[in-house]
Amino acid sequence: MIEVRGLAKYYGRQGALHGLDLAIAPGDFIALFGRNGAGKSTFLRILAGLARPSAGSCRIAPAPGGRDSAARTRGRIGYLSHHTSLYPDLTALENLRFSARMMGVRGDDGFLAGRIGAVGLAGREREPVRAYSRGMQQRLAIARAFLHDPDLLLLDEPFTGLDQAGADFLERYLLEARAAGRTCVMALHDAETGYRLANRLVVIDRGKAALDARPAALPLDAFRARYAAILSAPAGGGAR
Amino acid sequence: MTRLWAVFRKDLAIELRTKDALNTMLFFGVVVLVVFHFALRSGDVDPRAAAPGVLWVAFAFAGTLGLNRMFAVEKENGCLEGLMMMPADRGVLYLGKMLAGTVFMLAAEAVIFVASLVFFNLTVWGELPWLGLVFLLGTLGFTAVGTLLAAIAVNTRMREVLLPVILFPVILPVLIHAVEATALILGGAGPGELKLPVAVLAAFTVVFGTIAFLLFEHVLED
Repeated sequence: MIEVRGLAKYYGRQGALHGLDLAIAPGDFIALFGRNGAGKSTFLRILAGLARPSAGSCRIAPAPGGRDSAARTRGRIGYLSHHTSLYPDLTALENLRFSARMMGVRGDDGFLAGRIGAVGLAGREREPVRAYSRGMQQRLAIARAFLHDPDLLLLDEPFTGLDQAGADFLERYLLEARAAGRTCVMALHDAETGYRLANRLVVIDRGKAALDARPAALPLDAFRARYAAILSAPAGGGAR
Repeated sequence: MTRLWAVFRKDLAIELRTKDALNTMLFFGVVVLVVFHFALRSGDVDPRAAAPGVLWVAFAFAGTLGLNRMFAVEKENGCLEGLMMMPADRGVLYLGKMLAGTVFMLAAEAVIFVASLVFFNLTVWGELPWLGLVFLLGTLGFTAVGTLLAAIAVNTRMREVLLPVILFPVILPVLIHAVEATALILGGAGPGELKLPVAVLAAFTVVFGTIAFLLFEHVLED
Protein backbone atom coordinates (compact mmCIF):
# COMPACT_ATOMS: atom_id res chain seq x y z
CA MET A 1 0.00 0.00 0.00
CA ILE A 2 2.80 2.42 0.91
CA GLU A 3 6.38 2.16 -0.27
CA VAL A 4 9.00 4.34 1.36
CA ARG A 5 12.51 4.31 -0.10
CA GLY A 6 15.55 6.21 1.09
CA LEU A 7 13.35 8.88 2.61
CA ALA A 8 15.29 11.89 3.90
CA LYS A 9 14.16 15.24 5.17
CA TYR A 10 16.40 18.15 6.11
CA TYR A 11 15.45 21.46 7.64
CA GLY A 12 18.42 23.59 6.67
CA ARG A 13 21.46 21.57 7.81
CA GLN A 14 19.47 19.68 10.43
CA GLY A 15 18.19 16.29 9.38
CA ALA A 16 14.96 14.66 10.60
CA LEU A 17 15.06 11.54 8.41
CA HIS A 18 18.16 9.93 6.89
CA GLY A 19 17.21 7.33 4.30
CA LEU A 20 14.21 5.59 5.84
CA ASP A 21 13.03 2.43 4.05
CA LEU A 22 9.66 0.92 4.90
CA ALA A 23 7.05 -1.11 3.04
CA ILE A 24 3.57 -0.90 4.52
CA ALA A 25 1.04 -3.50 3.42
CA PRO A 26 -2.74 -3.04 3.53
CA GLY A 27 -3.96 -3.92 7.02
CA ASP A 28 -0.65 -3.06 8.68
CA PHE A 29 -1.38 -1.32 11.96
CA ILE A 30 1.94 0.23 12.86
CA ALA A 31 2.92 1.68 16.21
CA LEU A 32 5.79 4.04 15.49
CA PHE A 33 8.18 4.69 18.34
CA GLY A 34 11.29 6.77 18.80
CA ARG A 35 12.85 9.43 20.96
CA ASN A 36 11.81 13.08 20.63
CA GLY A 37 13.17 14.41 17.35
CA ALA A 38 13.61 10.95 15.86
CA GLY A 39 11.59 11.96 12.79
CA LYS A 40 8.21 10.32 13.56
CA SER A 41 6.12 13.45 13.01
CA THR A 42 8.14 14.37 9.92
CA PHE A 43 7.53 10.91 8.50
CA LEU A 44 3.78 11.21 9.11
CA ARG A 45 3.73 14.69 7.53
CA ILE A 46 5.44 13.38 4.42
CA LEU A 47 3.04 10.42 4.24
CA ALA A 48 0.12 12.87 4.56
CA GLY A 49 1.48 15.03 1.74
CA LEU A 50 2.06 18.01 4.02
CA ALA A 51 5.83 18.03 3.56
CA ARG A 52 8.04 17.22 0.60
CA PRO A 53 10.95 14.83 1.14
CA SER A 54 14.45 16.21 0.61
CA ALA A 55 15.47 12.87 -0.93
CA GLY A 56 13.97 9.45 -1.55
CA SER A 57 10.39 8.64 -2.32
CA CYS A 58 7.13 7.83 -0.61
CA ARG A 59 4.42 6.29 -2.75
CA ILE A 60 0.87 5.46 -1.69
CA ALA A 61 -0.71 2.95 -4.04
CA PRO A 62 -3.95 4.05 -5.72
CA ALA A 63 -7.25 2.72 -4.44
CA PRO A 64 -8.32 -0.53 -6.15
CA GLY A 65 -9.73 0.12 -9.60
CA GLY A 66 -8.35 3.54 -10.32
CA ARG A 67 -5.61 6.11 -10.49
CA ASP A 68 -5.51 8.54 -7.60
CA SER A 69 -4.80 12.21 -7.86
CA ALA A 70 -3.11 13.87 -4.88
CA ALA A 71 -6.51 15.20 -3.80
CA ARG A 72 -8.13 11.75 -4.01
CA THR A 73 -5.29 10.23 -2.03
CA ARG A 74 -5.84 12.83 0.69
CA GLY A 75 -9.49 11.76 0.70
CA ARG A 76 -8.41 8.26 1.77
CA ILE A 77 -6.31 9.55 4.68
CA GLY A 78 -7.45 10.39 8.19
CA TYR A 79 -4.69 12.54 9.68
CA LEU A 80 -4.53 13.54 13.32
CA SER A 81 -1.56 15.71 14.20
CA HIS A 82 -0.33 17.48 17.36
CA HIS A 83 -2.75 20.25 16.42
CA THR A 84 -6.50 19.83 16.51
CA SER A 85 -7.08 21.73 13.22
CA LEU A 86 -10.31 23.09 14.70
CA TYR A 87 -11.48 26.69 14.26
CA PRO A 88 -11.86 28.01 17.82
CA ASP A 89 -14.47 30.63 16.87
CA LEU A 90 -16.79 28.08 15.24
CA THR A 91 -18.96 25.64 17.16
CA ALA A 92 -18.24 21.91 17.13
CA LEU A 93 -21.12 21.40 14.68
CA GLU A 94 -19.91 24.19 12.38
CA ASN A 95 -16.40 22.73 12.41
CA LEU A 96 -17.67 19.30 11.39
CA ARG A 97 -20.11 20.80 8.87
CA PHE A 98 -17.21 22.58 7.16
CA SER A 99 -15.04 19.46 7.18
CA ALA A 100 -17.91 17.34 5.83
CA ARG A 101 -18.43 19.74 2.92
CA MET A 102 -14.71 19.77 2.15
CA MET A 103 -14.42 15.97 2.43
CA GLY A 104 -17.52 15.39 0.33
CA VAL A 105 -19.25 13.58 3.21
CA ARG A 106 -23.02 13.54 2.80
CA GLY A 107 -24.75 13.96 6.11
CA ASP A 108 -27.12 16.36 7.78
CA ASP A 109 -26.66 18.00 11.16
CA GLY A 110 -28.23 14.93 12.81
CA PHE A 111 -25.50 12.72 11.35
CA LEU A 112 -22.79 15.16 12.44
CA ALA A 113 -24.29 15.50 15.92
CA GLY A 114 -24.17 11.70 16.11
CA ARG A 115 -20.45 11.75 15.35
CA ILE A 116 -19.92 14.42 18.00
CA GLY A 117 -21.96 12.34 20.46
CA ALA A 118 -19.87 9.26 19.64
CA VAL A 119 -16.75 10.95 21.03
CA GLY A 120 -18.57 11.87 24.22
CA LEU A 121 -19.51 15.46 23.43
CA ALA A 122 -23.29 15.05 23.11
CA GLY A 123 -25.12 18.22 24.09
CA ARG A 124 -22.03 20.41 23.50
CA GLU A 125 -22.39 20.62 19.70
CA ARG A 126 -23.36 24.27 19.62
CA GLU A 127 -20.62 25.57 21.89
CA PRO A 128 -17.64 27.34 20.34
CA VAL A 129 -14.55 25.17 20.33
CA ARG A 130 -12.69 27.96 22.16
CA ALA A 131 -14.76 27.06 25.24
CA TYR A 132 -13.64 23.38 25.12
CA SER A 133 -10.86 21.97 27.28
CA ARG A 134 -7.79 20.47 25.53
CA GLY A 135 -9.15 16.96 26.02
CA MET A 136 -12.56 17.89 24.58
CA GLN A 137 -10.85 19.50 21.60
CA GLN A 138 -8.83 16.33 21.06
CA ARG A 139 -12.06 14.27 21.08
CA LEU A 140 -13.58 16.57 18.48
CA ALA A 141 -10.37 16.45 16.45
CA ILE A 142 -10.72 12.65 16.41
CA ALA A 143 -14.33 12.91 15.20
CA ARG A 144 -13.18 15.33 12.49
CA ALA A 145 -10.21 13.21 11.34
CA PHE A 146 -12.35 10.06 11.02
CA LEU A 147 -15.46 11.78 9.62
CA HIS A 148 -14.99 10.34 6.12
CA ASP A 149 -14.16 6.81 7.34
CA PRO A 150 -10.65 6.84 5.85
CA ASP A 151 -8.86 3.62 4.96
CA LEU A 152 -5.43 4.98 5.94
CA LEU A 153 -5.01 6.47 9.42
CA LEU A 154 -2.01 8.65 10.20
CA LEU A 155 -2.00 9.50 13.88
CA ASP A 156 0.57 11.60 15.69
CA GLU A 157 0.33 10.92 19.44
CA PRO A 158 -3.46 10.60 19.28
CA PHE A 159 -3.92 10.00 23.01
CA THR A 160 -2.58 13.46 23.92
CA GLY A 161 -4.90 15.30 26.32
CA LEU A 162 -7.53 12.55 26.47
CA ASP A 163 -9.02 11.50 29.80
CA GLN A 164 -9.65 7.81 30.53
CA ALA A 165 -13.06 7.78 28.81
CA GLY A 166 -11.65 9.49 25.72
CA ALA A 167 -8.67 7.14 25.62
CA ASP A 168 -11.02 4.15 25.94
CA PHE A 169 -13.13 5.43 23.04
CA LEU A 170 -10.09 5.95 20.84
CA GLU A 171 -8.69 2.54 21.72
CA ARG A 172 -12.02 0.87 20.86
CA TYR A 173 -12.17 2.78 17.58
CA LEU A 174 -8.62 1.79 16.65
CA LEU A 175 -9.17 -1.86 17.52
CA GLU A 176 -12.30 -1.88 15.33
CA ALA A 177 -10.35 -0.21 12.52
CA ARG A 178 -7.63 -2.83 12.83
CA ALA A 179 -10.19 -5.63 12.78
CA ALA A 180 -11.74 -4.06 9.68
CA GLY A 181 -8.38 -4.30 7.93
CA ARG A 182 -7.63 -0.60 7.76
CA THR A 183 -4.06 0.59 7.59
CA CYS A 184 -2.61 2.81 10.27
CA VAL A 185 0.67 4.46 11.16
CA MET A 186 0.51 5.81 14.69
CA ALA A 187 3.33 7.65 16.46
CA LEU A 188 3.34 7.29 20.24
CA HIS A 189 5.62 6.90 23.22
CA ASP A 190 3.75 4.48 25.46
CA ALA A 191 5.12 1.02 24.65
CA GLU A 192 2.23 -0.90 26.26
CA THR A 193 -0.49 0.99 24.40
CA GLY A 194 1.32 0.66 21.09
CA TYR A 195 1.98 -3.02 21.67
CA ARG A 196 -1.69 -3.63 22.50
CA LEU A 197 -3.08 -1.77 19.49
CA ALA A 198 -0.62 -2.53 16.71
CA ASN A 199 0.18 -5.58 14.64
CA ARG A 200 3.57 -4.16 13.70
CA LEU A 201 6.10 -2.27 15.82
CA VAL A 202 8.60 0.12 14.25
CA VAL A 203 11.21 2.15 16.12
CA ILE A 204 12.83 5.04 14.29
CA ASP A 205 16.24 6.13 15.44
CA ARG A 206 18.60 8.59 13.78
CA GLY A 207 16.16 8.96 10.93
CA LYS A 208 16.08 5.24 10.05
CA ALA A 209 14.08 2.18 11.10
CA ALA A 210 16.08 0.67 13.98
CA LEU A 211 13.52 -2.03 14.79
CA ASP A 212 10.70 -3.52 12.73
CA ALA A 213 8.89 -6.48 14.31
CA ARG A 214 5.49 -8.12 14.76
CA PRO A 215 4.13 -8.38 18.32
CA ALA A 216 3.40 -12.04 17.66
CA ALA A 217 7.14 -12.65 17.24
CA LEU A 218 8.32 -10.33 20.00
CA PRO A 219 6.94 -10.55 23.55
CA LEU A 220 6.19 -7.24 25.26
CA ASP A 221 9.11 -7.55 27.71
CA ALA A 222 11.55 -8.26 24.91
CA PHE A 223 10.20 -5.34 22.91
CA ARG A 224 10.49 -3.06 25.95
CA ALA A 225 14.09 -4.10 26.47
CA ARG A 226 15.08 -3.55 22.85
CA TYR A 227 13.25 -0.22 22.71
CA ALA A 228 14.97 0.91 25.91
CA ALA A 229 18.34 -0.13 24.48
CA ILE A 230 17.72 1.97 21.38
CA LEU A 231 16.67 4.95 23.46
CA SER A 232 19.66 4.68 25.76
CA ALA A 233 22.15 4.77 22.87
CA PRO A 234 23.66 8.21 22.13
CA ALA A 235 21.27 10.23 19.95
CA GLY A 236 23.96 11.14 17.45
CA GLY A 237 24.12 14.22 15.24
CA GLY A 238 21.23 14.95 12.98
CA ALA A 239 23.17 17.24 10.68
CA ARG A 240 23.33 16.69 6.95
CA MET B 1 -17.44 24.73 -6.52
CA THR B 2 -19.01 23.36 -3.31
CA ARG B 3 -15.59 23.38 -1.65
CA LEU B 4 -14.80 26.89 -2.84
CA TRP B 5 -18.04 28.12 -1.27
CA ALA B 6 -17.35 26.11 1.87
CA VAL B 7 -13.99 27.88 2.37
CA PHE B 8 -15.58 31.26 1.64
CA ARG B 9 -18.56 30.70 3.96
CA LYS B 10 -16.30 29.42 6.73
CA ASP B 11 -14.10 32.56 6.54
CA LEU B 12 -17.21 34.74 6.40
CA ALA B 13 -18.76 32.99 9.43
CA ILE B 14 -15.56 33.45 11.48
CA GLU B 15 -15.28 37.10 10.48
CA LEU B 16 -18.94 37.88 11.20
CA ARG B 17 -18.48 36.34 14.63
CA THR B 18 -15.16 37.96 15.58
CA LYS B 19 -15.02 41.02 13.28
CA ASP B 20 -11.26 40.97 13.90
CA ALA B 21 -10.19 41.70 10.32
CA LEU B 22 -12.90 44.25 9.50
CA ASN B 23 -12.42 46.26 12.70
CA THR B 24 -8.67 46.43 12.17
CA MET B 25 -9.02 47.34 8.49
CA LEU B 26 -11.59 50.06 9.15
CA PHE B 27 -9.69 51.56 12.05
CA PHE B 28 -6.47 51.72 10.08
CA GLY B 29 -8.15 53.00 6.90
CA VAL B 30 -9.93 55.82 8.70
CA VAL B 31 -6.77 56.80 10.58
CA VAL B 32 -4.97 57.14 7.23
CA LEU B 33 -7.76 59.44 5.98
CA VAL B 34 -7.59 61.58 9.12
CA VAL B 35 -3.80 61.96 8.89
CA PHE B 36 -3.89 62.93 5.21
CA HIS B 37 -6.87 65.23 5.77
CA PHE B 38 -4.92 67.33 8.27
CA ALA B 39 -1.68 67.14 6.29
CA LEU B 40 -3.33 68.37 3.08
CA ARG B 41 -5.44 71.03 4.77
CA SER B 42 -2.37 73.02 5.71
CA GLY B 43 -0.74 72.84 2.23
CA ASP B 44 -1.45 73.95 -1.31
CA VAL B 45 -2.58 70.54 -2.58
CA ASP B 46 -6.16 70.27 -3.83
CA PRO B 47 -7.73 67.54 -1.63
CA ARG B 48 -9.75 66.31 -4.63
CA ALA B 49 -6.56 65.70 -6.59
CA ALA B 50 -4.95 63.95 -3.62
CA ALA B 51 -7.98 61.78 -2.82
CA PRO B 52 -7.20 58.91 -5.27
CA GLY B 53 -3.71 58.38 -3.85
CA VAL B 54 -4.87 58.68 -0.27
CA LEU B 55 -7.75 56.28 -0.88
CA TRP B 56 -5.55 53.59 -2.39
CA VAL B 57 -2.94 53.96 0.35
CA ALA B 58 -5.74 53.38 2.87
CA PHE B 59 -7.16 50.45 0.83
CA ALA B 60 -3.75 48.81 0.39
CA PHE B 61 -2.71 49.02 4.03
CA ALA B 62 -6.14 47.95 5.25
CA GLY B 63 -6.11 45.06 2.74
CA THR B 64 -2.70 43.91 3.95
CA LEU B 65 -3.98 43.78 7.52
CA GLY B 66 -7.06 41.87 6.37
CA LEU B 67 -5.04 39.25 4.47
CA ASN B 68 -2.68 38.80 7.40
CA ARG B 69 -5.61 38.25 9.75
CA MET B 70 -7.32 35.85 7.35
CA PHE B 71 -4.28 33.55 7.37
CA ALA B 72 -3.49 34.07 11.07
CA VAL B 73 -6.85 32.36 11.75
CA GLU B 74 -5.59 29.34 9.80
CA LYS B 75 -2.40 29.10 11.86
CA GLU B 76 -4.23 28.84 15.18
CA ASN B 77 -4.68 25.17 16.15
CA GLY B 78 -2.94 24.14 12.90
CA CYS B 79 -6.07 24.76 10.83
CA LEU B 80 -4.01 25.36 7.70
CA GLU B 81 -2.70 21.81 8.02
CA GLY B 82 -6.28 20.53 8.31
CA LEU B 83 -7.26 22.56 5.26
CA MET B 84 -4.33 21.14 3.30
CA MET B 85 -5.47 17.61 4.14
CA MET B 86 -8.87 18.14 2.53
CA PRO B 87 -9.42 16.11 -0.63
CA ALA B 88 -9.73 19.24 -2.75
CA ASP B 89 -7.47 20.76 -5.36
CA ARG B 90 -5.44 23.25 -3.33
CA GLY B 91 -6.12 25.83 -6.03
CA VAL B 92 -9.73 25.73 -4.83
CA LEU B 93 -8.53 26.71 -1.35
CA TYR B 94 -6.76 29.67 -2.96
CA LEU B 95 -9.91 30.76 -4.78
CA GLY B 96 -12.05 30.46 -1.64
CA LYS B 97 -9.56 32.50 0.41
CA MET B 98 -9.18 35.04 -2.39
CA LEU B 99 -12.94 35.45 -2.64
CA ALA B 100 -13.25 35.96 1.12
CA GLY B 101 -10.34 38.43 1.11
CA THR B 102 -11.95 40.36 -1.75
CA VAL B 103 -15.31 40.59 0.03
CA PHE B 104 -13.70 41.75 3.32
CA MET B 105 -11.60 44.30 1.49
CA LEU B 106 -14.53 45.64 -0.55
CA ALA B 107 -16.62 45.97 2.61
CA ALA B 108 -13.83 47.95 4.29
CA GLU B 109 -13.30 50.02 1.14
CA ALA B 110 -16.98 50.98 1.04
CA VAL B 111 -16.80 52.44 4.56
CA ILE B 112 -13.41 54.10 3.98
CA PHE B 113 -14.69 55.57 0.72
CA VAL B 114 -17.80 57.03 2.37
CA ALA B 115 -15.59 58.54 5.08
CA SER B 116 -13.33 60.00 2.39
CA LEU B 117 -16.30 61.83 0.85
CA VAL B 118 -16.63 63.70 4.12
CA PHE B 119 -12.92 64.31 4.66
CA PHE B 120 -12.25 65.45 1.08
CA ASN B 121 -15.62 67.11 0.50
CA LEU B 122 -16.32 65.07 -2.65
CA THR B 123 -19.58 64.64 -4.57
CA VAL B 124 -19.42 61.58 -6.79
CA TRP B 125 -22.95 60.29 -7.46
CA GLY B 126 -22.50 60.24 -11.25
CA GLU B 127 -19.10 58.58 -11.06
CA LEU B 128 -20.09 55.81 -8.63
CA PRO B 129 -20.48 52.99 -11.21
CA TRP B 130 -17.03 53.65 -12.69
CA LEU B 131 -15.46 54.04 -9.27
CA GLY B 132 -17.08 50.77 -8.26
CA LEU B 133 -15.57 49.02 -11.28
CA VAL B 134 -12.08 50.37 -10.57
CA PHE B 135 -12.33 49.49 -6.87
CA LEU B 136 -13.44 45.97 -7.78
CA LEU B 137 -10.68 45.38 -10.34
CA GLY B 138 -8.00 46.95 -8.13
CA THR B 139 -9.11 44.84 -5.19
CA LEU B 140 -9.17 41.64 -7.25
CA GLY B 141 -5.63 42.37 -8.47
CA PHE B 142 -4.57 43.03 -4.89
CA THR B 143 -6.08 39.86 -3.44
CA ALA B 144 -5.02 37.70 -6.41
CA VAL B 145 -1.38 38.27 -5.45
CA GLY B 146 -1.97 39.02 -1.76
CA THR B 147 -3.63 35.66 -1.02
CA LEU B 148 -0.65 33.74 -2.39
CA LEU B 149 1.92 35.91 -0.62
CA ALA B 150 -0.02 35.87 2.66
CA ALA B 151 0.06 32.05 2.52
CA ILE B 152 3.85 32.23 2.13
CA ALA B 153 4.27 34.84 4.87
CA VAL B 154 2.11 33.03 7.43
CA ASN B 155 4.55 30.10 7.47
CA THR B 156 7.50 32.31 8.39
CA ARG B 157 8.63 33.76 11.69
CA MET B 158 8.22 37.33 10.41
CA ARG B 159 4.57 36.86 9.29
CA GLU B 160 2.92 40.30 9.67
CA VAL B 161 6.13 42.14 8.82
CA LEU B 162 6.96 40.06 5.79
CA LEU B 163 3.68 40.39 3.88
CA PRO B 164 3.87 44.12 3.04
CA VAL B 165 7.57 43.78 2.20
CA ILE B 166 6.94 41.12 -0.46
CA LEU B 167 3.46 42.28 -1.51
CA PHE B 168 3.86 45.97 -2.29
CA PRO B 169 6.61 45.68 -4.92
CA VAL B 170 4.53 43.09 -6.81
CA ILE B 171 1.25 44.99 -6.70
CA LEU B 172 2.79 48.33 -7.63
CA PRO B 173 1.28 48.15 -11.17
CA VAL B 174 -2.17 47.60 -9.62
CA LEU B 175 -1.81 50.54 -7.27
CA ILE B 176 -0.45 52.87 -9.95
CA HIS B 177 -3.22 52.08 -12.43
CA ALA B 178 -5.94 52.07 -9.80
CA VAL B 179 -4.83 55.53 -8.59
CA GLU B 180 -4.65 56.75 -12.19
CA ALA B 181 -8.12 55.41 -13.03
CA THR B 182 -9.62 56.86 -9.84
CA ALA B 183 -8.03 60.25 -10.58
CA LEU B 184 -9.39 60.19 -14.14
CA ILE B 185 -12.90 59.42 -12.88
CA LEU B 186 -12.81 62.13 -10.21
CA GLY B 187 -11.39 64.53 -12.83
CA GLY B 188 -14.43 63.96 -15.03
CA ALA B 189 -12.71 61.88 -17.76
CA GLY B 190 -14.85 59.80 -20.13
CA PRO B 191 -14.92 56.01 -20.45
CA GLY B 192 -12.49 56.14 -23.38
CA GLU B 193 -9.69 57.45 -21.20
CA LEU B 194 -10.29 54.72 -18.63
CA LYS B 195 -9.70 51.92 -21.12
CA LEU B 196 -5.96 51.55 -20.55
CA PRO B 197 -5.82 51.53 -16.72
CA VAL B 198 -8.92 49.30 -16.52
CA ALA B 199 -7.44 46.88 -19.09
CA VAL B 200 -4.15 46.75 -17.14
CA LEU B 201 -6.01 46.03 -13.89
CA ALA B 202 -8.06 43.26 -15.52
CA ALA B 203 -5.01 41.73 -17.25
CA PHE B 204 -2.97 41.83 -14.02
CA THR B 205 -5.75 40.04 -12.13
CA VAL B 206 -6.09 37.31 -14.76
CA VAL B 207 -2.35 36.72 -15.24
CA PHE B 208 -1.29 36.85 -11.58
CA GLY B 209 -4.47 35.10 -10.44
CA THR B 210 -3.69 32.18 -12.76
CA ILE B 211 -0.05 32.00 -11.63
CA ALA B 212 -1.09 32.16 -7.96
CA PHE B 213 -3.76 29.46 -8.49
CA LEU B 214 -1.13 27.13 -9.95
CA LEU B 215 1.56 27.92 -7.35
CA PHE B 216 -0.64 27.80 -4.24
CA GLU B 217 -0.19 24.06 -3.69
CA HIS B 218 3.59 24.39 -3.68
CA VAL B 219 3.80 27.29 -1.24
CA LEU B 220 1.71 25.43 1.33
CA GLU B 221 3.98 22.38 1.66
CA ASP B 222 7.13 22.34 3.84
